Amino acid sequence: MSEFQEGIEAAIPALRRYARALTRDTETADDIVQDTLVRALRSEHLFHGGDMRAWLYTILTNLNRNRLRTLSRRPSMTPIKDSDAATSGPESGGRDITRALNELAEDQRSALLLVVLEGLTYREVAEVQGVPIGTVMSRLARARTQIKAYLDGERPALRRVK
Amino acid sequence: MIDRDQIVSEDELNAYVDGELPADRRNAVEAWLATHLDDAAKVAAWRKQAELIRARYGAAADEKPPQRLDVRRLTRRRYGAIAAAIAATVAAFVVGGAAGWTARGFEAPPPSDLARFTTDALDAYRLYVVEVRHPVEVSGDQRPHLVEWLSKRVGSPLRAPELDKMGLKLVGGRLLPGPTGATAFFMYEGPSGERFTLYCGHTTDQASALRYTVGEQNAAYYWVDGNLAYVLSGPAERDKLHAIAQAAYDQIDRRAPLQGG
Repeated sequence: MSEFQEGIEAAIPALRRYARALTRDTETADDIVQDTLVRALRSEHLFHGGDMRAWLYTILTNLNRNRLRTLSRRPSMTPIKDSDAATSGPESGGRDITRALNELAEDQRSALLLVVLEGLTYREVAEVQGVPIGTVMSRLARARTQIKAYLDGERPALRRVK
Repeated sequence: MIDRDQIVSEDELNAYVDGELPADRRNAVEAWLATHLDDAAKVAAWRKQAELIRARYGAAADEKPPQRLDVRRLTRRRYGAIAAAIAATVAAFVVGGAAGWTARGFEAPPPSDLARFTTDALDAYRLYVVEVRHPVEVSGDQRPHLVEWLSKRVGSPLRAPELDKMGLKLVGGRLLPGPTGATAFFMYEGPSGERFTLYCGHTTDQASALRYTVGEQNAAYYWVDGNLAYVLSGPAERDKLHAIAQAAYDQIDRRAPLQGG
């Protein structure tokens, strides 16, 4: 395996962790990771050194954003229910962290997870999300405020469908 | 130039929690928190959130990744893309009747577009191939009109492949409801009356290789090209079906220039 491929392979566990938290669904998460790997392997010429992990997080974040966009565009007859993870865990029915994450807008969720779960710096998150650092900070602040309100038992804000 | 007495902002509190503050500012925030208990409670709550997230998802990184994420495999598949498309993956599930499909030998995957399209396409196949008088809505001698009409209803330019070289003539087509909306259905007929159908509708599926599914008497090849999923159905003779699917696949390939109907 080339050095490039080894770099990608080394990032897989972290990508799975991030994708799992981002989608709250194991199968969907691995689907996105697989797409990320396929794209990355195909795009070796687009990678000009630098932090490979940040590059892969960027691909994954964009793929998930596309996925959500497609889902919201497609009329679907799937029954609406909370994610499986939220209804099965030991805290089922309660206000757990998975449900709190569900309530967040996608960009806020991604910013928070990249910082607290993946340990990226604000600057790295700004690069992954393609926005100024100030935007990353306000996403983080809003995410934390909303999670706190949710866990404290306030009524969730109406979820924005976009 | 930092004024140590300035009010600590929400952003600074966040940056403090995330270890993004320079040392001098960190001390200022700590001093502030000692006297501002509501902010101290906020910081504690945010740290608790981070702990909960790590406790809930951190272990995902310790699991052994499934085979489908194996870089060697993915790389091999990349170089062997053409061979893989032609070899076709045998999907080991049996297509039942209206009940859909049941798994055999391994756990059923969630109903993917592959499963939904293949099930619906085979249902349509079984329903219409036995029709003698009205197998189609628009007959094959009106090919340009048929293709234009179905393209308009499905919402993407379609083409009805020319399979004359395989001894198949276009009987015609019809519009059907499918898993994702309007779906086009083309029917072909061979010299001894055997029929094949091509079912086509929108998908978000990314896969593009030919996928084979076999039922009791009929079978299907599924593939995706661009935003359209195709299912070619016919009698369960794999080699023959594969040759036809391959011919249709080659003609439909987006990269090939569109020719009138």
